Amino acid sequence: MGPCVRRDDGGNRGGAGPPQQGPDASGVSRGGSAASGLDEPRATAYLPPVPPRISPVPPDDSAALPDHFNRWFAARGWAPRAHQLALLDKARAQRSALLIAPTGAGKTLAGFLPTLVELGSAVATPHRSALAKQAALSTPFPLVGEGRGGGPPAAAPMVESAPQQPASQQSATADTAAKQPARSIARPAGLHTLYISPLKALAVDIARNLQAPISEMGLPIKVETRTGDTPASRKQRQRRYPPDILLTTPEQLALLLSSDDAPHLFSSLQRVVLDELHALVTSKRGDLLSLGLARLWRLAPGLRMIGLSATVAQPEQLARFLVPQPNGSSVAADVVVAGGAAPPLVEMLDTQERLPWAGHSARHALAEMYELIKTNKTTLVFVNTRSQAEMLFQEFWRINDDNLAIALHHGSLDVAQRRKVEDAMAAGRLRGVVCTSSLDLGVDWGDVDLVINVGAPKGCSRLMQRIGRANHRLDEASRAVLVPANRFEVLECSVAIEAIADNAQDTPPLRTGALDVLAQHVLGCACGEPFASDELYAEVITAAPYAQLSRADFDDVVDFVASGGYALKTYERFARIKQDAKGRWRVANPKVRQSYRLNVGTIVEEAMLKVRLVRSRGGAKGTTGAIARGGRLLGEIEEYFIEGLTPGDTFVFGGEIVRYEALAEDQVYVSRANDADPKVPSYMGGKFPLSTYLAERVRGLLDDRKAWMQLPEQVRDWLALQTDVSRIPARRELLVETFPRSNKHYLVCYPFEGRLAHQTLGMLLTRRLERARARPLGFVANEYALAVWGLGDMSLMVSQGRLDLAALFDPDMLGDDLEAWLAESALMKRTFRSCAIISGLIPRRFTGEEKTRRQVLFSTDLVYDVLRRHQPDHMLLRAARADAATGLLDLRRLGDMLKRIEGRITHRPLDRVSPLAVPVMLEIGRESVYGEAADELLAEAAEELVKEAMG
Amino acid sequence: MRGTICSSGMMDVAGTALRVDLSGALVWDAQRLLVVSDLHLEKGSSFAARGTLLPPFDTVATLQRLTAVIAHYDPRTVIALGDSFHDREAHQRLTGDDRACIANLQVGRDWIWITGNHDPAPRGVGGEVADAITLGAVTFRHEPTGARGEIAGHLHPKARVATRARTLERRCFVSDGERAVMPAFGAYVGGLSVRDAAFAKLFPKRAFIAHVLGDTRLHSIAAARCY
Repeated sequence: MGPCVRRDDGGNRGGAGPPQQGPDASGVSRGGSAASGLDEPRATAYLPPVPPRISPVPPDDSAALPDHFNRWFAARGWAPRAHQLALLDKARAQRSALLIAPTGAGKTLAGFLPTLVELGSAVATPHRSALAKQAALSTPFPLVGEGRGGGPPAAAPMVESAPQQPASQQSATADTAAKQPARSIARPAGLHTLYISPLKALAVDIARNLQAPISEMGLPIKVETRTGDTPASRKQRQRRYPPDILLTTPEQLALLLSSDDAPHLFSSLQRVVLDELHALVTSKRGDLLSLGLARLWRLAPGLRMIGLSATVAQPEQLARFLVPQPNGSSVAADVVVAGGAAPPLVEMLDTQERLPWAGHSARHALAEMYELIKTNKTTLVFVNTRSQAEMLFQEFWRINDDNLAIALHHGSLDVAQRRKVEDAMAAGRLRGVVCTSSLDLGVDWGDVDLVINVGAPKGCSRLMQRIGRANHRLDEASRAVLVPANRFEVLECSVAIEAIADNAQDTPPLRTGALDVLAQHVLGCACGEPFASDELYAEVITAAPYAQLSRADFDDVVDFVASGGYALKTYERFARIKQDAKGRWRVANPKVRQSYRLNVGTIVEEAMLKVRLVRSRGGAKGTTGAIARGGRLLGEIEEYFIEGLTPGDTFVFGGEIVRYEALAEDQVYVSRANDADPKVPSYMGGKFPLSTYLAERVRGLLDDRKAWMQLPEQVRDWLALQTDVSRIPARRELLVETFPRSNKHYLVCYPFEGRLAHQTLGMLLTRRLERARARPLGFVANEYALAVWGLGDMSLMVSQGRLDLAALFDPDMLGDDLEAWLAESALMKRTFRSCAIISGLIPRRFTGEEKTRRQVLFSTDLVYDVLRRHQPDHMLLRAARADAATGLLDLRRLGDMLKRIEGRITHRPLDRVSPLAVPVMLEIGRESVYGEAADELLAEAAEELVKEAMG
Repeated sequence: MRGTICSSGMMDVAGTALRVDLSGALVWDAQRLLVVSDLHLEKGSSFAARGTLLPPFDTVATLQRLTAVIAHYDPRTVIALGDSFHDREAHQRLTGDDRACIANLQVGRDWIWITGNHDPAPRGVGGEVADAITLGAVTFRHEPTGARGEIAGHLHPKARVATRARTLERRCFVSDGERAVMPAFGAYVGGLSVRDAAFAKLFPKRAFIAHVLGDTRLHSIAAARCY
């Protein structure tokens, strides 16, 4: 074996990568910048998200690095950055730390530097010759063996400036070393550092980039990746002969922890590096990871953590994630903030075109965006949804007279196709990529010099991270252009730019750990060594997201994992985990373990349908005759999107406009449509709603006439007109307008709380309006407003006192009305399905056979109906409701809004639609009132039959 | 369109007027006969035995609905049209309460378990067992063969109906006036779209009507409107 670096990728990038490659991993500042522009590390535990003080690094700081590291840096004309050294100091002081740094700051190297120094200091002899390397390989390296081998915890953790005292550490070498004749390096083995990233591609990329320092300094360090793609034989070997550094994902960590040999494997672990922590912690993957860490803290008590994160709103909250939470109180890791990044240059596209009232396509600005792509080297065009990406990509190519290499990248594309785009991008062959959040994270791709963000930014932290994808060099400003697609989005873009200038952050607070994820973890624990409930509970609550978990909830989860947790105790004999004589839980049979391994993870994919292109059968709308089966496979589409369509609707898919023909099992049949515009723009708004913070700023901007001066003239005129005919809502007030329009009566309100919360509000308001006999027919929501229409004259009802707006918007709608609605809500059923899968109630995959979802002969909707009726407080329903509070239904935000506007409702009865109401009136994605409406709609379909029969 | 157009709630099969109930039960008023199909009792515990711990309330839920519909029509005879139990051992897993509930329902009336592919020989649960029953022009059998006058189950028909606002999906009866397929009655039983090839075999040219179980009403919808 050569230098003890092993690369898991195919090695298609050649041997020792030049340091220029992947600046994020080998990211160090260029020539002589040590004395200029480097900030002092901030290392307080509670640090407000303000721009850090910039001060030069003291010249003697480089003494912190061993000589051969200094020479390595110097050979490249680089100097270590202050925050990189700060993390080294933290490591030597046995402190866990969170590094907050922008892209391009050399974050990854900062995370690995302590490990490289600890494992590599033995070669401090000043040779980097092959001879020295050989010597390094053939002699034991006491340093790298420090604290390993499962000695008593007390013996291990003494690494305080350990590299300088090799002899004292030798005793810690483990008997395990003897078991490794296969290894060419005769030194105690054991996993030293675990690196966890949200993307397996990132893990592979980091492995590649770590090579440069390791091979060039001749460090005796073995690096391997472990992802879903790693062959089983290598995984097996990694467990017996672990590398020094293992790069992996949260799911793989869970799998490793569920094995019998986890205590052995992890007992030597010194450090965990968590990359892109800001992205990991916002989802259930973060919950799963936190539980894995809690386990690691127990298996390796001397373990220290390094978290790497983009800027977040509450660093001290995020830093809690990195250290065990003591029962009843809260502690956080040290926070190190890197500075020195040039502030980004962000501007709004100053369009010469007419700004649309509504819509999300930004088609008006197409030519202007095309010019930007043309005048820059490589441009990333971010949009919020897959269909927007499809549409824009198609439109660019329609006007692409210069034949610019413009590509498309989103999560529904075939993996092979995505890889092709990514490779072309890395090779610098692309001029533009239209992409979704699929590219929010990921490997570095060299020379992106412009980011265009189309449509609503939704949140300023998210926008900052996207902008950071341009130009991964710290000292050069990233450049971004925001392209609002309609007039409301102009307001949002405008406040987002201000927020970025203020360096404001609006990342969500740390999650409360989900019970369904805990259920998965508990089953995983039972797959390893048997556990006692008391001990596991004590362990679980050290994880920050679960610090507040009650013992009762924990016990419910264990009961659920064992036998379903049902009030009807009939499943004891089918229990998946059972207690032994000592009361410790273990899996009942090997099949349970097998099933756990197949179903680990928290990413529940949307139910997808295959889309096939067939010839149109024409025919009347709404009827489906025989269609040709077969047809070319275009790709896959979310089932819920298709459920919202009726045959004959046209939409964009795979870059072309298609007509929805029919659905048969898991196949959607579409034909080519000649329409210039798709009927259903399928704007689902993306996963993320407008952040509370930006919404607040938009309300503030509206309320501040002087600030209007910064807005484009068209938008100012629009707002001025609104002032004349109705009113501009004040910051904390809710404006409600009612007006008639084409035989219907409308109620429009402007809560500015995001589409999800508005949709929930729409569902609940229509129920109340139904009871008030306003005869509502439907509603539509966007990020800013909600419009409800019906047959009753709501202006008249308010004036006659038959409709009380204060009562209509009373927060008590979140009580019984909500419960009644949840019973039939399709969104709630989707939420439940995902909890059922994550918790392990319903397998994604069955052992021994690759059954598809459709072959599983029961529907989670039916299970939901039955469970809700017979055990409404079941743990899974509680988990689903907790998800609904912050997820698809955004109940928490709706509740906050209703409280905010209590006593502050202003009603304006109008004789026609107001300028402010136009955008939401033009919104697509209208929802009909539920309840009786289903029967009304079916009755219409039945009536056609009657007509047919009557001749 | 072939066959007879049925009025709301009524469906003709081979000249016999049958009542279609919103619950998914079929009632022959003149015979005081009530038919339910595909109860799939103990489907939950059947999955549980294989490691998927579905909530065990499906039998209770199904029997509650069955009790309600029987109380309403007070039939002299009840036919369970096959797949009444999800597997061969399902009857042994019934709770005492559920067993008593079934026994109660059987008091004072004839009860016929038609055999199905899931329960080829239901036993230990009272009643009589038969592979098929013919009454006048109508034959009750689990698996449809397409014969004239046949009323079957097995396929669990559901209809997707594209409406003005959205697509709705509901269980339904399927009939062309000569033969019919009943919806599943069981709480955990999913559906098969009436556009599936299995229905094309039984109803050539798809000339059938789906009697769709709405929330509060039945809707008779032409096959062409379903997909």
